[in-house]
Amino acid sequence: MEDVKPQLLKVTIDGIEVEVEPGTTILQAARKIGPAVAPPAMCYYQPLKGSGGKCRACLVRVAAGSAKDPRPMPKLVASCLTAVQDGMIVENETSPQVIDARNGVVEFLLLNHPLDCPVCDQAGECDLQNFAFDHGKSTTRYEEDRRTFEKKDIGPYIQLHMTRCILCYRCVYTADQITNKRVHGVLGRGDASEIGTYIEKAIDNDFSGNVIDVCPVGALTDKTYRFKNRVWFSKPVDAHRDCPTCSGKVTLWYRGEDVIRVTARKNEWSEVLEFICNTCRFDMKKTSDWTIEGPTKISRSSVISANKYRADTIKPSFGQRLAAAEYKSIHDERDTSQLGIKQLAPERFAKVLPSALDPEP
Amino acid sequence: MATKILTEHINVPGIETFDVYRKQGGYTAVEKAIKTMTPESIVEEVKKAGVRGRGGAGFPMGMKWSFLAKPEGVPRYLVCNADESEPGTFKDHYLMKNIPHLLIEGMIISSFALGANKSFIYVRGELMYVIHILEKAIAEAKAKGFLGKNILGSGYDLELVVQPGGGAYICGEETALLESLEGKRGNPRNKPPFPAVKGLYQSPTVVNNVESIATTAWIVNNGGEAYAGIGIGRSTGTKLISASGHINKPGVYEIELGVPVEDFIYADEWCGGIRPGHKFKALVAGGSSVPILPANLALTLANGEKRLMSYESLSDGGFATGTMLGSGGFILFDETSCIVRNTWNFSRFYHHESCGQCSPCREGTGWMEKVLHRIEYGHGHQQDIDLLVDVAKKIEGNTICPLGDAAAWPVASAIRHFRDEFQWHIDHPSEATQPGAVYRGEMALV
Repeated sequence: MEDVKPQLLKVTIDGIEVEVEPGTTILQAARKIGPAVAPPAMCYYQPLKGSGGKCRACLVRVAAGSAKDPRPMPKLVASCLTAVQDGMIVENETSPQVIDARNGVVEFLLLNHPLDCPVCDQAGECDLQNFAFDHGKSTTRYEEDRRTFEKKDIGPYIQLHMTRCILCYRCVYTADQITNKRVHGVLGRGDASEIGTYIEKAIDNDFSGNVIDVCPVGALTDKTYRFKNRVWFSKPVDAHRDCPTCSGKVTLWYRGEDVIRVTARKNEWSEVLEFICNTCRFDMKKTSDWTIEGPTKISRSSVISANKYRADTIKPSFGQRLAAAEYKSIHDERDTSQLGIKQLAPERFAKVLPSALDPEP
Repeated sequence: MATKILTEHINVPGIETFDVYRKQGGYTAVEKAIKTMTPESIVEEVKKAGVRGRGGAGFPMGMKWSFLAKPEGVPRYLVCNADESEPGTFKDHYLMKNIPHLLIEGMIISSFALGANKSFIYVRGELMYVIHILEKAIAEAKAKGFLGKNILGSGYDLELVVQPGGGAYICGEETALLESLEGKRGNPRNKPPFPAVKGLYQSPTVVNNVESIATTAWIVNNGGEAYAGIGIGRSTGTKLISASGHINKPGVYEIELGVPVEDFIYADEWCGGIRPGHKFKALVAGGSSVPILPANLALTLANGEKRLMSYESLSDGGFATGTMLGSGGFILFDETSCIVRNTWNFSRFYHHESCGQCSPCREGTGWMEKVLHRIEYGHGHQQDIDLLVDVAKKIEGNTICPLGDAAAWPVASAIRHFRDEFQWHIDHPSEATQPGAVYRGEMALV
């Protein structure tokens, strides 16, 4: 039988063309190109069906709808929900309108989210922190009181701190789709809405721990790990075990010899690859429970990889090259001859760093 | 005498009962439609009539009907949106309460045209007495063979259900309404897919406003062309306007589209003028979600012509000099109204009613309300006015459903047209916070 391949659609995002299968969303197409053009996403989570469209962080401008109908779309669209058309032209970082809208979304999300990263358990693994760093402003215009909540115990393993919640609905979708009984949801309306459980219910399903992994901020945290460590002091290691309930493929987080936390493995968009059960996550905290596969690959730009060196890591020389190439002697009209200050010539750097004056490699 | 399509018999005593309604020529349209017309020909007539959705958006009803997907073996639904709850809008409530059979007749015709065998009237939960009136009317129609199995022996079945809503403004948005009807939290859905493809229970669904559905009886009886002959340009037919505010005769009026705004305000037939001794300051023409206009722009277009009560004329010039006809919630303010307080009040409503799903609306509506509250109570800063404009801009167009726009437009337009007044509140906090204090500076009063 002849293998019929679907016709690929061409879409241009920020001037980069990519071919994708029909039904792909703009966000997925952009992720195919790479992180440089991928819109940020706070509520969209690929493993969860129906997620997306709520945080409005991934808004993009469609400058041309398709090759057949090249009219631009009137409003910014949520890239996580909009399917690509053949010949579509999308502006992401290249559109001032998008930058402005994204800037607004950061501001809105931070109205009621405290900027207390130094004391938050999610620091270093927080999507909102990255989003705000990439797209936000350094100041806020919000003067009113921010809403605060007491911490809530919503189960034996999970703690909810609503103060940090940005209502992305990811945990609700997770509970809906991978557990057989959801006991929590969104209560209230508008900026008074909050995540809560049904009266006196606790989240104690065998897959409930996954809501911790999907939470983009520090609202849902692991009680067995909370404040035991900072993430950049721990060492992530991939491991697996023969689990009757789930795939058993996890990341172990070590401090010294001890496994201090077990999480599901995540991809570069910080989305879990496979959801894991509570037994693997909370009860298996000995190295002997696991078959170790090797160190987890962590992006160098991530704070998690701070202070960790591997033999195969090439130290970046780009920064030093750039500094040397752009070296300018200080223009100083003072008479420094009597102060004994020696001016160093650029050639001096070439001796220290032979590649310094080379053109780009 | 202007043509009356919906309210012709509304003052007949006992019109809410089947017998009186039937005596006035009621249900003849159902007989005509089911016995002599095909569903396609009814859709065709509605298209010819050019009737635009009366819920506020003004989307052509016939076009909406023709978008309905018709897959085999999947039920189709008609849902009547009677969740009217926009501040200043009370026309559907008036129609359902006084002449319930007109809606039911329209529902039967529309359901037949769309091939729906089960239709819903989603009524705002607070209007319990209206729900009782509708249920009684449905029971009467059913007893007379106009509803239920095998209507008038044609083999067409229709079950009509009245569903009380939970009393949330957002449930008036069509996809949130469908979620609510399915028994879920009334959060708007992401579009596409549109309800015409995947609506109630994932089946093709048409959601129409009460007034839109009620017009179908007249259109079937008199033909689409006769309907299109009323009105002006693309604004065909008549429109119910719920007039309130500082006018002499508040109430619900049926007008032919194209009446000058000035006539509507000053004619005895309608609003009967501004209350004695006062002057016209501002107008909200289509419910609280549309931009507010100062008196001079409300009466005339930017080019000096008279502004008319029609979709096109009211929106002339975009939001810089225009507004929208919207749902027909006509609110007039005289010079005793404080625009800042009024805007704060509208903003308070949208803050309370935001569903909280998407971040710009959830956080932005609350922020605007708090800043407006601050200005109104004498704690505003100079940068607050620009802040409000900027926040409104960042909400507008970036939300899942139009509630974000509805919250942003009144604020943005109030500042656009009445910036002096906001400034006065900031500059004179001690004066502005006095009871009944209103800006008396330069205003275009009429």
